[in-house]
Amino acid sequence: MKLLTLNFLTCARKACKPLPTSFPLHPADATLATTETAFSPAFLRNILPRLDWPALKGLCDELGLPGVGDEAPGPEALFEDGELPESDEDIVGEIEAGKRPTKLAHDLHQLLVETVMLEGKLVCASCGHEYAVKEGIANFLLPSHLV
Amino acid sequence: MATPIERGSQYEEQHVHAVYEEIASHFSSTRYKPWPLVESFLTSLPAGAVGLDLGCGNGKYLTVNRDVFIVGSDRSPNLVRFAVRHEPHAAVVADVLDLPHPRRRFDFAISVAVVHHLSTPERRIEAIRAILDVLTLASGGAEGGRALIYVWALEQKGSRRGWDEGHEQDIMVPWITKGPKSSGQEEKTYQRYYHLYRKGELEEDVVKAGGKVLSSGYERDNWWAIATPEGLETVI
Ligand SMILES: [Zn+2]
Repeated sequence: MKLLTLNFLTCARKACKPLPTSFPLHPADATLATTETAFSPAFLRNILPRLDWPALKGLCDELGLPGVGDEAPGPEALFEDGELPESDEDIVGEIEAGKRPTKLAHDLHQLLVETVMLEGKLVCASCGHEYAVKEGIANFLLPSHLV
Repeated sequence: MATPIERGSQYEEQHVHAVYEEIASHFSSTRYKPWPLVESFLTSLPAGAVGLDLGCGNGKYLTVNRDVFIVGSDRSPNLVRFAVRHEPHAAVVADVLDLPHPRRRFDFAISVAVVHHLSTPERRIEAIRAILDVLTLASGGAEGGRALIYVWALEQKGSRRGWDEGHEQDIMVPWITKGPKSSGQEEKTYQRYYHLYRKGELEEDVVKAGGKVLSSGYERDNWWAIATPEGLETVI
């Protein structure tokens, strides 16, 4: 499971949903791995404004990963000259013309898309329930007494 | 019916979830062609939209649009093993009635051939409410998130199964698995529970779940509706 996914996951229990502490979930005993994935600056640019940045920053701290800044970067921070190409084709064109995605763009790709959680648990800070992650797949099915 | 059947989560565990878990591999090998309407819904989304595929099965709809981000979920771990292969998306094991997603965070959701597996009217409406719950509310000039919901139709006299108006709506449908002839593997029949939706019923359920139907129709033995949650974002 890529770390990006964690930005869109909460505790599955109905009682926890309204509580702010049910998001984000907290990794425990996590085994991380890197999977090589095609670099897409367009995907990053699109997803950036949709991220809950404090949740991402907290995740990095908890996993001991190189931190991200306190503030969410704007999309212009993904390209060397700060100008944001309009379309995917333009991005490809700019790259061919020698303009480069920034180090930040590569770092974010590595963090959000290529870093995956293979094994471990995701813990709800509200109720303490632990959801297992096995072979990269998180399981949110609840035992019947918690439904 | 001779004996009353107690429907609910236990019933679905036996007559829906256990079956899909068993037939996952064979089922997945027969599910690769996206339905046209679902495909056009997904391709019409703006780049960067974030959404959910609730009951994603083997993830066949995760292959349609790479410019959006979709978290798929399914109750069958064996099907999710197929679904996680589709970049740049993601998939988790979850129940539509206990979704592990923040409320009001998503631009869109699709739920194809899922709601009809819930075995009481209350649970079907609860499922639609859960789907609407994750969508953003309309705010200022921005529209609320949209969900495409697809269910099997009662009215399908043209299909090989031939059900039509007036038929029992709560039914068991066989799934037959067989290996290649040479394997000598025995044929096995599994029964899955379905609630066949009659004309207008899906729209009624959307309204009961607190949603507004934006459009709806019939495609290939199924009723579909595109729905959005009622209500406006309150800015504090
Ligand atoms: Zn919880």
